[in-house]
Amino acid sequence: MKHARVMVEGHVFDATEQDDQLRLSDGRTVAQAAVQWLAPLSAVARPRTVLALGLNYADHAKELAFKEPPKEPLAFVKGEAGLIGHRQFTRRPAGVKFMHYECELAVIIGRRAKHVRKGDALDYVDSYSVANDYAIRDYLENWYRPNLRVKNRDTCTPLGPWRVDAADLHAQYGDRLELNLRTTVNGRLTQQGNTRDMIFDVPTLIEYFSSFMTLHPGDVILTGTPDGVVDCQVGDVVVTEIEGIGALTNTISQG
Amino acid sequence: MAPLPIHGTVYGVLLNAQHEWSLCESAMHEAPYQAPPSAPVLYIKTANTWSAHASAIALPAHVPEIEIGATLGVVMGAANASDAPHIRGFVLLNDVSIPHSVSAQGFYRPPVKYKNLDGFLGVGATLVPAVDVPHPNALTLQVHVNGVLRQTVDLQHMRRHLPALLADVSEFMTLQAGDVLMLGLDVCAQGEDAARRPRARAGDVIEIHAPQAPALGVLRNPLVQESA
Repeated sequence: MKHARVMVEGHVFDATEQDDQLRLSDGRTVAQAAVQWLAPLSAVARPRTVLALGLNYADHAKELAFKEPPKEPLAFVKGEAGLIGHRQFTRRPAGVKFMHYECELAVIIGRRAKHVRKGDALDYVDSYSVANDYAIRDYLENWYRPNLRVKNRDTCTPLGPWRVDAADLHAQYGDRLELNLRTTVNGRLTQQGNTRDMIFDVPTLIEYFSSFMTLHPGDVILTGTPDGVVDCQVGDVVVTEIEGIGALTNTISQG
Repeated sequence: MAPLPIHGTVYGVLLNAQHEWSLCESAMHEAPYQAPPSAPVLYIKTANTWSAHASAIALPAHVPEIEIGATLGVVMGAANASDAPHIRGFVLLNDVSIPHSVSAQGFYRPPVKYKNLDGFLGVGATLVPAVDVPHPNALTLQVHVNGVLRQTVDLQHMRRHLPALLADVSEFMTLQAGDVLMLGLDVCAQGEDAARRPRARAGDVIEIHAPQAPALGVLRNPLVQESA
């Protein structure tokens, strides 16, 4: 099942997809175009942990061949306030030179996870979604890199449209989830990859994080992006899409 | 056990203390850093790290000692009509870390594995209203371990005092009502912990308080070894 979180007439509803429409938690059915989309996450009591990965795709086999393969994930933490939904707007500050999207598989945790072994890790996944983890490279500094000024900006983490039940996705695609990812900018294909090329796959990431921190239901792991990021300008429509999950549309606005 | 007086995202700031900055300055122009940081360098203490006052903080078996990160957290209120950041109050914090240093390149990558372990943020029991702490950077904090004074943190010695810190953070992200921002950690000026933060081990009891602001209370957390 595909779940969404939407605002209709000023009220927030959980919703599910039904015949290309949205069935709201109060029983009404509305058109997808009639709602404001929020990040498809249920409310949690404490701030949710949003973990994200850098450099987690081995696109450049040649390039990596000359380097030591990474020994552990390059992980950072984001605040949940930067999350926005499908068909929303992300601000590009005036004067920046390089702002790019990052199409990423988002993993949403379903059960309290501590010291989870890789082989059991998928039991702890509630669902999957699509994230666009924008970065503004102008602000990169080599301190706790990628620093939050690059990665934790307001409006810079679209998520959605849906979260798709893990059981459904695995039933269709198997445990390894070899899903195609693609990004288009104004309809032009700019990024392509497949989740099979992750250096640290989803079970490995859950094992790694849960070895030192407890993951709670509703926590999110953004699993990194493949090669193919390009600068986006004000007015660009950026669609990040993952097979079996959905296509997340975002528009760049002047910030 | 005391209930937690915070409910938002907790942000820390790297290298805000002038003394620690000075000690790191020579490394700032070397690899991998290449240049001093220009904007505030933040990190997040996720909710799994929160430890209430008086509760024990467990050290994993592979962690023989931790750094004590005594600081004051500013708790944000709801934005008001003037759009200026609204401060709800202040709370004592102990930002516990696995030791990592500028020289060992520990400040290059985000500190998740050093700072986001379960229980690694002691949170004071009392949120003191902003009106009762008109000059937070005028406060000092004392760190006692097993009753022995190990560090005095002078918040006057931060490079960005609270107004400048809030302004520079707000340039790139909005702090939400309930979010918490640390004023900064410092290293010790002298003694066994000179040029680093005080260290502690399982069995130790850490206490942090602000002598000029007794309303903040005492933040006390014993350290224990995590059961295997």
